[in-house]
Amino acid sequence: MGPRDKVEKVTDLRLPLGLLLSFYGVILIATGAIQGTRVLGINVNLWWGFVLLLVGAAMLYLARRARSL
Amino acid sequence: MHLTPTDLLIIASYVVFVLGIGVLLKERVAHSSDFFLAGRSIPAWVAGLAFLSANLGAQEMIGMAASGAKYGMLTSHFYWVGAIPAMVFVGIFMMPFYYGSRARSVPEYLKLRFDEKTRAFNALTFATMTVFSSGISMYAMGALLRLLLGWNIHASIVVSAVVVLGYIALGGLRSAIYNEVVQFFLIVFGFVPLVWLGLRDIGGWSGLASRVPDTYLRSWQYIGSAQANPMGIEWFGMVMGLGFVLSFGYWCTDFLVVQRAMAADSMNAARRTPLIAAVPKMLFPFIVILPGILALGLTLQPNPGAAPILQQNPGGGYDYNMALPMMIGRYYPSGLLGLGITALLASFMSGMAGNVTAFNTVWTYDIYQSYLVPRATDAHYLWVGRATTVVGVAISVATAYVAMRFNNIMDMLQLVFSFVNAPLFATFLLGMFWRRTTGHGAFSGLIAGTLAAALHYEVTAVAAASSLVGKVAVLHTYPSDMAQNFWGAIWAWTSCFIVTIAVSVITRPRPSGELAGLVYSLTPRIADDRLVWYKRPAALGLVVSVLTVALNLLFW
Repeated sequence: MGPRDKVEKVTDLRLPLGLLLSFYGVILIATGAIQGTRVLGINVNLWWGFVLLLVGAAMLYLARRARSL
Repeated sequence: MHLTPTDLLIIASYVVFVLGIGVLLKERVAHSSDFFLAGRSIPAWVAGLAFLSANLGAQEMIGMAASGAKYGMLTSHFYWVGAIPAMVFVGIFMMPFYYGSRARSVPEYLKLRFDEKTRAFNALTFATMTVFSSGISMYAMGALLRLLLGWNIHASIVVSAVVVLGYIALGGLRSAIYNEVVQFFLIVFGFVPLVWLGLRDIGGWSGLASRVPDTYLRSWQYIGSAQANPMGIEWFGMVMGLGFVLSFGYWCTDFLVVQRAMAADSMNAARRTPLIAAVPKMLFPFIVILPGILALGLTLQPNPGAAPILQQNPGGGYDYNMALPMMIGRYYPSGLLGLGITALLASFMSGMAGNVTAFNTVWTYDIYQSYLVPRATDAHYLWVGRATTVVGVAISVATAYVAMRFNNIMDMLQLVFSFVNAPLFATFLLGMFWRRTTGHGAFSGLIAGTLAAALHYEVTAVAAASSLVGKVAVLHTYPSDMAQNFWGAIWAWTSCFIVTIAVSVITRPRPSGELAGLVYSLTPRIADDRLVWYKRPAALGLVVSVLTVALNLLFW
C-alpha cells in the first residue's frame, strides 16, 4: 500500500468516526458491566455503549463497502 | 462533578483522536486551496453536518438549555423560525452564486459582484469579529470547566488553543470540517441519554406537562402580544426581526457557515449542504432545549425525596445557565459523564476552530493577498495561512484574557458587531436578485444600515435594565432586550435596503456582461430535474419546510 492509498483511506471520514464511536461503545459497555451503576433502574452505560458500538460498526461497514467497490 | 479515570480516558482519547486526524490529513494539503477550501472535495453529508456544527458552539448548548428553562418552548423559534427558512433559502437560491462564481470567500463574492470597498468593509469587520468571538468562547469554556470540574482556567485555555492550533495548522479546513462532524455525533450521543433519563424521571411528556405552566410547552399560542409571554416579544418583531433579518443575515451571509458549503465537491452538494443540515437542526430543540424545560419541571415540583435541579440565585430567580450542567450532574454516572463532557469540549473546540478557519481564509485571501502582497506564489499563501492560524489563535487567547478582566469591553464589541451584521442580508438580497444594484449603492447601504442600528440603540431603552452606554434620548422602551435587538435589526435592514436602492438608481450600473454567474437574472438556471428527488435541492427544501411547519403546528 503506497502513501497515496493510506491518504485515501483516511479521507473517508466514516473510518475514523466509526473507530472512535466503537471505541467509546466498548468503554461504556465495560464500565457498565464492571460497575453496574443503575440510574432510575437502568444500567445506562451498558445500554448506551451497545448503541454506540452498533452505530460505530455500521460506519465502519459502510466505509469498508465503499472502499471495496 | 467528579471525573473518574474512565471519564478522563474518554476525554483524552478525543484529544488524541482530533490531533491524529490533523496529522493524517496533512498529506492532503499540497496547495492553498486544499488548506482554505479543503480542495472543494467534501461530500454533501459531511459538509452538511459541518455546516450545522460550526454554528453549534458549547455556549449555544448551555445557552439554549438555559433559555429552555427560562422561556420554555418559545426558544424553539430560534430553530424553526430563526434558522430553517434561511437555511432552505441559502441552499436553493443563494448557493448557485456563492459556489458558481468560484469566489473563495463571502467577501470575495462582494468584490466580484460589487467593488473593492464593499469587500474591504466586510472582510475587515468579519475578520475582527471571528477572532474576537473565538476568544470570548475560549474564556467561557475556561470559566465553565473551572466551575464544573475545578480545572485551572489558564490550563484549559492554553491546552484547547494548542489542540485547535495543531489540527488546523496541519490539516486546514478539511481537518476543521471532519472534527465538526465528529462533534455532531458526540453531541447527539452525549445528550440524547439526558433527555431519555430526564423524561423517564419526570414521568414522560404528560409528567412534564403537569409540572410546568402551559406557556412553557407552546411555541406560538402566547406570542400574540409581548406581555403574554416570558420572552417579552410579540409575533411580528419575532418573525421579522429574528426570522427574517437576523436569521437570513446569519445563515445566508456569514462566512463561518457558508465556507462549509463552498468546500463541497460539486454545485449540487453545495446546494444540498444547508438543506441536509436543516434536518438535524429542526430536531435539535429536543436535545438542547428540552433538558432545560425538564430541569425547570424537576425544580418547580421535584420528585419525592429529590432535590430541585436548579439553584436559587442570591438575587432571586433561578440560575438558568446551570440547567444543562446540573442535569448532567444529576443523571450521568461515570462513563456517560466522560462522554457528555467530551461532547461539550468538542463543541467548544470546534466552535473555536470554525472561527479560526474562517478568519484564516478571509485574512489570507481578502486582506493579505488583496492589499498587502498580491502576486506571490501559491506556496507562499499556504505558508501565510498556516502562520495566520498561529496568529489567529494567539489573538483569541489574548481576547480570552481581556474578556476575563474587562467583561464590559467584550459586551461593547459584541454590540458594535451586531450593528454591522444587522443590515448585511439586504445587501446580498439586492446584489443577487436585482442586477441594477451598484457598488456605491451596496457600500452606502451597509454604512447607513450600521448607523441606523446604532442610532436605534441610542434612542430606545429596555425596561428594568441598565444600558452599556449613555442614551441620547429615550423615545421608546422595549419590554425585553430581545425585543430591542429584533427591532433594531428590522430598522437596520430597512435603512440598508432603501439607501442601497436609492444610491444604485443614481449611480452607473456595471455592464450585464460582467455580472453573469453573480446575479439571478443573468445566470442560467441549474437543471436538476433528472436527479432522484433527494438529490434535488428544491424537493429537499420542500420536504424540510413541510416538516418544520408540522413541528410548529404540533407545539403550537
